[in-house]
Amino acid sequence: MMFVPGNNPGMIKDAYIYNCDSLMFDLEDSVSVTEKDAARSLVFHALTTIDYGEKEIVVRVNDPRTPVGQADLEAMVRAHAQVIRLPKTETAEDVTYCADLLGRIEQAAGMAEGTVHMMAAIESARGVLNARQIAEASSRLIGIALGAEDYVTDLKTNRSADGIELLFARCMILQAARAAGIAALDTVYSDVNNEDGFRAEVTLIRQLGFDGKSIINPRQIKPVIDIYTPTQKEIDKALAVTAAIEEAHRKGSGVISLNGKMIDKPVVTRAERVLALARAARVLDREGGE
Amino acid sequence: MKDIDITAIPHIAELEHITKVFDNTSTHKDYLTCREREESENKIVPTLEEAIRRSGLKDGMTISFHHHFRNGDFVLNMVMDTIERMGFRDLTLAASSLTTIHEPLIEHIRHGVVRRIETSGMRGGLAEQVSRGLMDIPVVFRSHGGRAAAIETGLLKIDVAFLGAPSCDAFGNANGYSRDNDTGVICGSMGYAKTDAQYADNVIILTDNIVPYPNVPFGIPESDVDYIVKVDRIGDPEGIMSGATRFTKDPKELMIAETAAEVIGASGCFNDGFSIQMGTGGASLATVRFLREKMLRKNIRARFALGGITGQIVKLHEEGLIKKILDVQSFDLDAAISLKNNRFHQQISASYYASPNNKGTAANQLDFVVLSALEVDTDFNVNVLTGSDGVIRGAIGGHQDTAAGAAVTIITCPLTRGRIATVVDHVNTVVTPGCTVDVVVTDQGVAVNPLRNDLKERLAQAGIRLVPIGQLRDRAARIVGEPSPIDYTDRVVGIVTYRDNSVIDLIYQVTDRGN
Repeated sequence: MMFVPGNNPGMIKDAYIYNCDSLMFDLEDSVSVTEKDAARSLVFHALTTIDYGEKEIVVRVNDPRTPVGQADLEAMVRAHAQVIRLPKTETAEDVTYCADLLGRIEQAAGMAEGTVHMMAAIESARGVLNARQIAEASSRLIGIALGAEDYVTDLKTNRSADGIELLFARCMILQAARAAGIAALDTVYSDVNNEDGFRAEVTLIRQLGFDGKSIINPRQIKPVIDIYTPTQKEIDKALAVTAAIEEAHRKGSGVISLNGKMIDKPVVTRAERVLALARAARVLDREGGE
Repeated sequence: MKDIDITAIPHIAELEHITKVFDNTSTHKDYLTCREREESENKIVPTLEEAIRRSGLKDGMTISFHHHFRNGDFVLNMVMDTIERMGFRDLTLAASSLTTIHEPLIEHIRHGVVRRIETSGMRGGLAEQVSRGLMDIPVVFRSHGGRAAAIETGLLKIDVAFLGAPSCDAFGNANGYSRDNDTGVICGSMGYAKTDAQYADNVIILTDNIVPYPNVPFGIPESDVDYIVKVDRIGDPEGIMSGATRFTKDPKELMIAETAAEVIGASGCFNDGFSIQMGTGGASLATVRFLREKMLRKNIRARFALGGITGQIVKLHEEGLIKKILDVQSFDLDAAISLKNNRFHQQISASYYASPNNKGTAANQLDFVVLSALEVDTDFNVNVLTGSDGVIRGAIGGHQDTAAGAAVTIITCPLTRGRIATVVDHVNTVVTPGCTVDVVVTDQGVAVNPLRNDLKERLAQAGIRLVPIGQLRDRAARIVGEPSPIDYTDRVVGIVTYRDNSVIDLIYQVTDRGN
């Protein structure tokens, strides 16, 4: 998910050229108070004018309890943003408050209830401890994300190279997301020029189980894809698992085995996930041509 | 001496060149040592005026300059001021290229000192004024190879060449650096100056650094040089070259560069012993980085890199990934220092680099060239000379030469620049003909010239998403809209020649209205 400042026309106009999965237009922290209206108007016109293709369109709005945040929601629902990212979520009520507002705006705009999805960013100790309730607060929620900059400030620490201070929050958010059956997204890495540090962090969060990473520069896309793309060995193994399953189904056999080892459900699920990631990275069933 | 009767030699009538018997009295030998000659019988002339006088410069003649000092050049302005002071008129100024620092030429043109200009390109105030009709006679634009060919064939006859050199000995061995000392002024290769020195009737070297004889290695040999003038400063090191050309951090340029490297990798010609040239645009330069990774993965090396050389090419050379470098122009300090220190980093002349006329042109041995563009049209024609407002703001350089010479010519450019489309129906000025361009790589898609179906198939097979160039043009128009036509008059201000010195396009005068 690539952050695009909502007040930067140059970046907004062709953000779709990059190989990220979703674009998050930011009306919140990257826009100064005096530019809130201009940014909202800019993003509204961009979303209703520019063809962003298959990218998932996310907009980070200002606090929905403020007039600015409400105006953001009014505009972004009508601009057909697919996902509203709620900043600084601390309680389940923060989610339901925003979800209710979205419902009312959808109704007023003649849209089906529940059209607009939500994502909640957790950026404080309180939010982290409430992660489970937040994750289960609304059927609109498709994911929760860690916002580390505010979180470490709240913890009275700062970000370190190995990210030890974020371990609890990351694990907490991940468990909450998995329990609720939604996605878990990791925080941004601000030092754009430190590719090694970025790669180390992405490797860590992939191992923890996160579904993806928030990024602030197109140059960070390739490392994420590199790290999240399964290796040929992993793909081959997953393909062997699915082939063994098909073979077993064909023979009507109840027990499935591969190279003498029994294949149980977790093995199958992991194989399917590997293949899904491989397809997403276009290293499987490669397409080409005009 | 012996009494020889030439007429008694059998068949002497057929040996026409045997006419004279050796005469002892006409042979003079002096007994000066090298050191004494260096001091008393050298080619150093006390002043520029004196050198100009001795060169026999007359009104209406052709003078030449090189552009190795880029925007730090003091030589051209210094010489032109002196020439104007001395009262010369109606000269033809044939520079290998002109840039922003040469703005004072506007006054020399207005005063009638310069009547004609031939160059590879022009920028800044001079270009602006020429576009608005400063000169009576249109400026002739030639590629580096086209200029060399014109000089070789006599189409462009240089009467006096004024060539700045960062080092020169008392007899004229001149170079873009010195192994004897370091004055801080260094330009690396003297490639464009070499051709001028070889063919000009008179050659005057301007240098701030007289070094002991012989100044080896040299870019220009003493056998080509008539006079040497020592001046205080030949240029500003800051403007001559930056420390090292750095890779762009612009994500869009990086994306274009990565795609260009993909295209090279999938072209079928990316094999051990390939050859390559990179243009100077951010994206074409950055392609080197992605190519390096591919070379390491595939375990292959390049036979040579050609052209304008940067520190990035040098790095690959020093890493053993590029075996040899042929350098007509060193773009940064790292490249210049490599030319000085690396044995297989070879200085070459403009003619050797790109002339379509000589007996062997390095550009013809290129497998790949990656070039940039101001505009590309749906016929793959490229403009690197005039802006979207019709005003001259660029240079042909080696664009035409390498596009024609390389097996695979790749143009890298963003689809739009700000609110200006790069892929258009018709370029303002055709510089490089579409039939010599194979692939256009933009941030929003790759288009292959329909003439290259072989390439198209290979790229598609490798999974590179290709789009027809018309689709790129439409996409650009959708983003920035259709521009209003440029307001030209019917007066020709520039003649764009192809490398064979035929006319490929004309540049017209722009008016102030609507621009």
